[in-house]
Amino acid sequence: MIDLLGYGAFFLSTALILGIITLGLNLQWGLTGLFNVGIAGFVAIGAYTSAILTTPETADRIGGFGWPMLAGWAAAMAVTGLAAALTGFATLRLKADYLAITTFGVAVVMQLVALNAQSLTGGPFGVAFIPRPMAGLADTPVAFNFANLAVVIAVTLAVYLALEHLSRSPWGRVLRALREDERAAISLGKSARSYRIQAFAVGGAVMGLGGAVQAHFIGFIAPNNYLPTLTFQIWAMLMVGGSGSNRGALLGTVVVWAIWVGAGAFSSAMVPTDWQARTASLQIVAIGVMLCLILLLRPAGFFGGRRKR
Amino acid sequence: MNLQFLADGLITGSLIGLGAIGVTLTYSILRFSNFAHGDLMAWGAYAALTLLGLISALVGSVAPIGVLSFGWPLILAAGLSMALVGGMALVLDWLLFARLRAKGQAIIVVMASFGASMALRSLLEFIFTSKPAYFSRAIQMAMPVGLGIRVTPDQIVLLLVTLALVVAMHLFMERSQTGREMRAYSQNPALARVVGIDVARIVRATWMIGGGLACAAGVMVGILVQIRPLMGLDMLLPMFAAAILGGIGSIPGAVLAGLIIGLSESAAVQLVGAEWRAGVAFAILMGVLLIRPTGLFGVAER
Repeated sequence: MIDLLGYGAFFLSTALILGIITLGLNLQWGLTGLFNVGIAGFVAIGAYTSAILTTPETADRIGGFGWPMLAGWAAAMAVTGLAAALTGFATLRLKADYLAITTFGVAVVMQLVALNAQSLTGGPFGVAFIPRPMAGLADTPVAFNFANLAVVIAVTLAVYLALEHLSRSPWGRVLRALREDERAAISLGKSARSYRIQAFAVGGAVMGLGGAVQAHFIGFIAPNNYLPTLTFQIWAMLMVGGSGSNRGALLGTVVVWAIWVGAGAFSSAMVPTDWQARTASLQIVAIGVMLCLILLLRPAGFFGGRRKR
Repeated sequence: MNLQFLADGLITGSLIGLGAIGVTLTYSILRFSNFAHGDLMAWGAYAALTLLGLISALVGSVAPIGVLSFGWPLILAAGLSMALVGGMALVLDWLLFARLRAKGQAIIVVMASFGASMALRSLLEFIFTSKPAYFSRAIQMAMPVGLGIRVTPDQIVLLLVTLALVVAMHLFMERSQTGREMRAYSQNPALARVVGIDVARIVRATWMIGGGLACAAGVMVGILVQIRPLMGLDMLLPMFAAAILGGIGSIPGAVLAGLIIGLSESAAVQLVGAEWRAGVAFAILMGVLLIRPTGLFGVAER
């Protein structure tokens, strides 16, 4: 029973960390209408930034500055936000497709850096010994899981409240106005490009924070954590939850993650070992088909309801 | 610097260009960047592989043509798969893209293509597993052609095939009625409708051509390198970069830009190292977007 509770805490923590990333995407897409296909890349930037700054000193790579964890998280947000701002700066005066293509490129390049810049990122072996929150409790797994969950809930709540506040602020109103009727908003003297770059940067910073929290929660990162599948999962989570609503984004994340983990557990229990790689690909096919069906049939998602105008 | 990079760059570049033709056509006529285009390539390669297996089962093993690594069965299989992939693109459009286009939000179509791309790629992994496959296990000797450059017979022949396809595409767009209609529609959809151009036919032609050329490029990558479910994903960024560098809508531009990207990639392999190859397309893409977003031959969008 106590083990089950511990697992529940663990599951919810992983889900909520993904939820932070989904919240970042909701600011970019749900509120502002900016299409990001390189989520995995931005998450990786955050994760590696914090990991490099906070790990203890190591001989075989640059970094290991032993910063406090919170400083690492703040740096992750700053660096990822900057990367997103640069991406936005280069593309947001052009048609929306250019942003999509460029973010895709960012993810490809981050994957290359993670794999090949051995002296910085540890290459394919990744970065280990990332300090974990509440490490003092690691001897009692259940307490450790719950303490971690408390940390994750606190971060998620802080991000959620901040984003809710932002979206109701005058700043958020401008973003919505730009999404709904760009010409009218511009005629009121709002610079579309500048506001969009800001929104993209803030959303990117939130994704970077999600990546950093995830890295510290697992304690180890490697390039394989940041494949296009991650981008795709986050999109599915937002679309199921209903883009535009922060609560929907979190709910969608938990639901999709439960389905994902459940399907994985089912296949590892029921499917012979040599077929497991194949069922894993079938899982992605199913999510892809689901994403397309949602776009066709329920563009507002399952929990989003009608989009407020 | 070893001049071998010229030959390698020319060959990969021509394949990138061939794929980029489809990207640039879908973008200029259907108005969206198709993230599933790379997966059409991979499906083309696997379709040809499957058909090749069927043909060999029917007629037994056939000797390859001359010094090449393949014989007529692969040529037949490639031709059939080009039609198949063109048809598959049509089905995908009918099931998904056409319906979303009708709703009028361009970026939703891009997102759907992204979802479709993940699904298509993983379906290939499910059917064929992620283990690389080959059309032929034979190893070809590269022959010296002067200046210290060596090429295989396959590379020369496929370069010529690509050249022929590109010239044929160019003539089709410039001279044929359908090609003229496609250009008219990409320049001004409303006016094209007014003068009675059959839009459904234009859309069908775009998908058939884009899918067919993607398949041809996929089969050629399969012959020269290997066949993997991820081969299309790896080509996607270079193809997008080529379409944008060449100027959206311009077929000669896409091919020229493909060659530029291919040559820079293989130059980078010599100068910086093979592991950074995939970053070259991104660097070029960012450069174009910052300096001249309309590309080499593009016109500013209205």
